[in-house]
Parts: sequence; C-alpha cells; structure tokens
Amino acid sequence: MNLGLVIPVFAGATTATVLLGLISKWIDRKVTAWIQWRKGPPWYQPLADIIKLLGKETIVPHAAGGTGFLLMPLVGFATVSVAATILWWSNLNPESGFIGDVIVVLYLLTIPAITIILGGSASGNPLAAVGAAREMKLLLAYELPMLLVILAAIFGATTTDSSTGLAASFQLGTIKTAHTVGFAASLGCVIGFLISLMCIQAKLGLVPFDMVEAECEIATGPFIEYSGAPLAIIHLTRVMLLAVMPLFIITIFWGGFSFNSFGMILASLGKYVLVLVVLILVRNTNPRIRIDHALRFFWYILTPLAIVALTLSMAKGF
Amino acid sequence: MKRTVIPIGPFHPIQEEPEFFQLTVEGETVVDVDVRLSCNHRGIERLCQDLTYDQIPFLLARICGICSASHPMAFCQACEDLCGVETPPRGLYLRSIICELERIHSHLLWVGLAGHFIGYNTVFMWAWKYREPVLELLERLIGNRNNYENFCVGGCRRDIPQEKLPEITEVMDEVQGNVEMLTKAVLDDPILKVRLGGIGILTYEQARQWCATGPTTRGSGVDIDVRRDEPYAAYNLLDWQVHVQPAGDVFAKTVVRLLEVLEAVKIIRQCVDQIEPGEIRAEVREMPQGEGIGHAEAPRGETFHYVCSDGTNYPIRYKVRAPTYVNLPSFKSSVIGQELADAMLTVAAMDPCYSCTERVAVVRNRRHSKKEILDQRTLMKLSWEKTERIRKNI
Repeated sequence: MNLGLVIPVFAGATTATVLLGLISKWIDRKVTAWIQWRKGPPWYQPLADIIKLLGKETIVPHAAGGTGFLLMPLVGFATVSVAATILWWSNLNPESGFIGDVIVVLYLLTIPAITIILGGSASGNPLAAVGAAREMKLLLAYELPMLLVILAAIFGATTTDSSTGLAASFQLGTIKTAHTVGFAASLGCVIGFLISLMCIQAKLGLVPFDMVEAECEIATGPFIEYSGAPLAIIHLTRVMLLAVMPLFIITIFWGGFSFNSFGMILASLGKYVLVLVVLILVRNTNPRIRIDHALRFFWYILTPLAIVALTLSMAKGF
Repeated sequence: MKRTVIPIGPFHPIQEEPEFFQLTVEGETVVDVDVRLSCNHRGIERLCQDLTYDQIPFLLARICGICSASHPMAFCQACEDLCGVETPPRGLYLRSIICELERIHSHLLWVGLAGHFIGYNTVFMWAWKYREPVLELLERLIGNRNNYENFCVGGCRRDIPQEKLPEITEVMDEVQGNVEMLTKAVLDDPILKVRLGGIGILTYEQARQWCATGPTTRGSGVDIDVRRDEPYAAYNLLDWQVHVQPAGDVFAKTVVRLLEVLEAVKIIRQCVDQIEPGEIRAEVREMPQGEGIGHAEAPRGETFHYVCSDGTNYPIRYKVRAPTYVNLPSFKSSVIGQELADAMLTVAAMDPCYSCTERVAVVRNRRHSKKEILDQRTLMKLSWEKTERIRKNI
C-alpha cells in the first residue's frame, strides 16, 4: 500500500466504524427498550449524547495524574481506529494484508482495556481503583480462551498442500477466505465462534460482564472522574468497539464481510446483525456476575472448551 | 493490606435518598461498615406535637412515600389504644385491603430495584410494569397513587363503594398471574441463584440478636409478623400464613418478598369476599390523658408508634420507630466479610428506607476536641444576639 492511500483509508475506515458503531448502539438501546416495554431513544441519540458531552467542561481532579488521566482515552481511541482500519482493509482486499496482522489486531484490541486500567488508576478515586482492578482480572480471564479459539481458527484455515505454510494463515485475509478443511476444523470454528461471542461480551463490558463499571456498586468505576470531552472520547471508543469486535470475530470465524454483490452485502449485514442481537439478548437476560464468577467461567468452563476447539482444528484431516 | 474507605453516599446510584455508608475495604473485601443517618432530617415527631389528632395522619403518610399506609395505621392504633375505641368491621377490612395493596406495590418496587442493582434492568422494568396496575387501582379506590390518607382515628375516612370491589378482584387476578410468572422466573434462574445465593447471610441467631424485623428477619428463619402475632385490622378474621425462609441470604429475602406478594393477593381476595356494608368509622369525642402504643407490619418490618396525651387536642409527645431503624444495625453481621459487589447488594436487600429512619445527629469535631453540642440555652443566646444585630442594622 502506498503512503498516499494510508490517510484516506484510515479516515474512511474510522468514519465507517464510528457510523456502524453509532447505529449498533442505537439498535442496542432500541431492542433493549423493546424487551423492557419501553419506547427507546430516537436514532440520533447515541450521537447526540457524544456531541453533548463534547460541549461540557472537562474536570481534572486534584488527586489525578493529569497527563496520564487525559491521555488514556486518546490512546484507546487511536488503537481502536488503527485496528478498525486493518480489519476493514483486510475484509475489502483479502490479498493485501501483511503477515501477522491477526496478532497486531489482537494486540491493538487489548489496549483499550489497558487504557481503562491506567486511566482509572490515574484518576485517584478509590472507586475507580476498584474498577481498574476488576478490569485487570477480567482481561486476564477472557484473553486466555479468546487467544485459544483464534489459534483454532488459524489452524483451521491452514491449507493442506502446505506450499504456503503455516505462516500464511496468520493473515486476516487468508483466514477470512480460507475454506476450512474437514468437518472437525469447521466444528472447531463453530465452537470457537460461540466462545469468542462470550469473550467479546466481556471485552465490550456488557452485562453480565459489566462489573468494571457496575453503576450501582462503584458508580461507573474507572470512568467516574471523567467528564466532558475525555468522556465523549471514551464513549466514542466504546461505540467503535461495538462495531469492531463483531467485525473481528466474523472475519476470523465466519468468512468476514464482502461487498462485491448485493447478495454478499445482505449476507454481511445479516451476520453482523445476528451477532449484535445475540449480544443484546445476552445483555438483557442476565444479571451482572461477580468478578470471581467471571474468572471461573472463563478459565474453568470456556478454556477447556477452547482447547477442545483447538484440538479439533488441529486434527482437521478427520 | 491497605484499607480504603469506599463511600456510598450521601448521594449514590444505589439509593434514591440521601444516606451515607462508609465501607472500609481491604482489596474488595469489606472489613467494617459505618452508617451515618440524618442527611435529611425533617422533625416530624416535633411537628406532630403542633397538629391535632385529625391532622397528624396526613403528615405521617408523608414519613415515607412507600409505607404511607403503615405509619398512619400505627398512629391510629396508638390513639385507639389510648381512648379505647373499637373500629367497625368494615373499617377494619378497608384497612387490611389498603395495607396489603401497599405491601404488593412496595415489594414489587423492591424486586425491581434489586434487579437494577445487579444490572438486571429487564427485571427492573418488568417488576415496575407489574406494579403499575396496583397503583392505578389505589388511585381509583382512594384518589391517590401514594399517600392514601384514608385512615383516621376510629376507622377510615372514605369508603370503597361496594360496586367497586370487583375491580379489586380483577386487578388481583392480573397481579397474581404476573407475580407467579416472575417468582417462577426468579426461582428457576440458575445465574440469579449463583449471584444472590449464599451472600449477605444473616443467621437466625444474628437476626434475633440485632432485633431485626420484617422480611429481613423472616428470610433468616425467624417466624415473626405483627399481623399474626398481635393482630390488627382484619388479619385475625382471614386465612393466611407467614412465609419464612431459613437460609438468611439475599436470595431467601427475595423469595420471602415474592411469596408475601402472593399472600397479600390472597388476603385482599378474602377481604373483598367477606366485607359487608356498614359503618366505617367510630366516633371519637375526646382524647383522654395517658399513653398509647400502636404497631403495624409495614412492608419493611414492624413500625412502632407511641403517643402521649395530656387530654388536649394535641399530643405532648409523639415517637415513631420505623423498621429500617432496627434493621440497619444488622449490617454489622451481614455486610462485614462480603465482597464489595455483594456488600452493595446486601445493603439493598434489607430494603432500607432512609426517610423513615432520620434522626437528629450531633456531629462532634474530634480534631479540635472542642465540644460543639449546642444546648437550648446556647441556642437561645445565639438567637438573641442575632436579633440584636439585625435590630441595630434596621
């Protein structure tokens, strides 16, 4: 890719992600409202919330480490934008990725959680400290099964003639277009997809894994001291994550997005909406669980399952 | 390990009223709890001394927005105890109907709030939707969704017309269906059981020790209920039972409350069947000198009222002891040792009502070890001095 193309692609991908995220957020709120016998907000509400916050005063508490406190939301936003760009680019031009972009995206998608931990700790608020500690535990909890099932997808996508070798499948584009070989690999990917659904539920901080912000316990935890523009950026980042995370697991496990024909567009949208609706339904039919329950759930239930998925993918000749 | 104080309050999303809990935590484990009340003292007991016996129930209905039948109920019984008046049967049945409608909407309110506290907003919205017909029924019967103001010394102020009684049965059918569904959903939900079971345990002995009342103690296996133990209104004429759960955890308290809602539906049905036309109020000519006590089973537990009369139209001393006031100390047993996430839930599981519980608090400035309690004489002196200052400036 030549450098002249980088800026338009980056800007385009970020805008697309923000738009998709805002629409997803609205769908989330609307469907949640229907489930709860409410009317729900108008379509522009998520955007209006962010614009309103941008106009509010930014307050930095005395106890806060000013630079880190204010920098973290920006870092989170930047990493999600880059991850989104790589994902969109790999989806639109599967041949043009670079080797190891899967690892880069995974790494970039971990950073928002780390910025929450750092920003919360920098705010100097005891409730934020509790929230940051919970985010750290949650990160440890869901990253393990998530990595295992992504490995399962990578093994599932390795072609049998092995002329390209294992390394080739560390590319998002290759994983996306690969037709998984054999029943076992497909089964491994299906299990992996279901596990990754749970993991992104935690990554997005949705109920039952919203103990990081837990409104009624620690009053939004790490975000408690944020106000005005930094809070708007945090909201924007989360809105983008709501678009990026489903896009990521669809790319890895379910053939990704394509916009070559009308049917493909419909199929892509269908996949996305399905993932989103599953996230929303899980969010509305569960109570918030405790952090140790979450840890136990991810390590003792999902991790063994992820290992099964990985084994199935590796034994794909079956 | 480093100890941190987590403040809940004076304003906190977990409660809609000002309150101040200080949880001392090590990591996420609560090691101590301190409660500071009186963020919103209104001086109701003192105000009662300036009101006549006919006016007081209107004020007492406003002690608490939810228990606005129980407090006037206890007051009326205290006065009836004092002057020895017998309320006519229809008045007693009317009182039972209103008290039980109050219990239904209060418990459903709590179930909704509890859902909200554990991030289960669907339960929050559903429980409050099921509560709505009860409030609308109360409005049709009494004229108000809350603050019913239907009790007076000797009986009730307004009658429910005989032709309106079928409406009550209709709403009760609706409530029963919905609450049975909700109860089943709560009891069968494995995640809810994991989340609520085994946390905030108040054992039988602890519940007795702290003298807790209401569903808080019935969830710990203590079988007490003023409605049965010292019957008032029409409760001794009806067939119903007290629900007790032995576990003592938050889940047990939830189950007790949901079963009590169904029991209240049963009580109201019987009242509607048994009530007969007649007088609703006994005439009270005068208040004799002396003391009277009255208690009622509010949705949160026993509320206790004391009235002291010197034979005039105004009480010379009035005392209210709301259920939350005696339930709060049990936090020392149930909250300490919990994870922070569970501690919040345990606090909420008691269904605390702060406006009922407000007392005057004296704050001492420990840092300067200076006595800062103002007695009557000092206050009078300060007042005179200020009057003098103002007068000079005129």
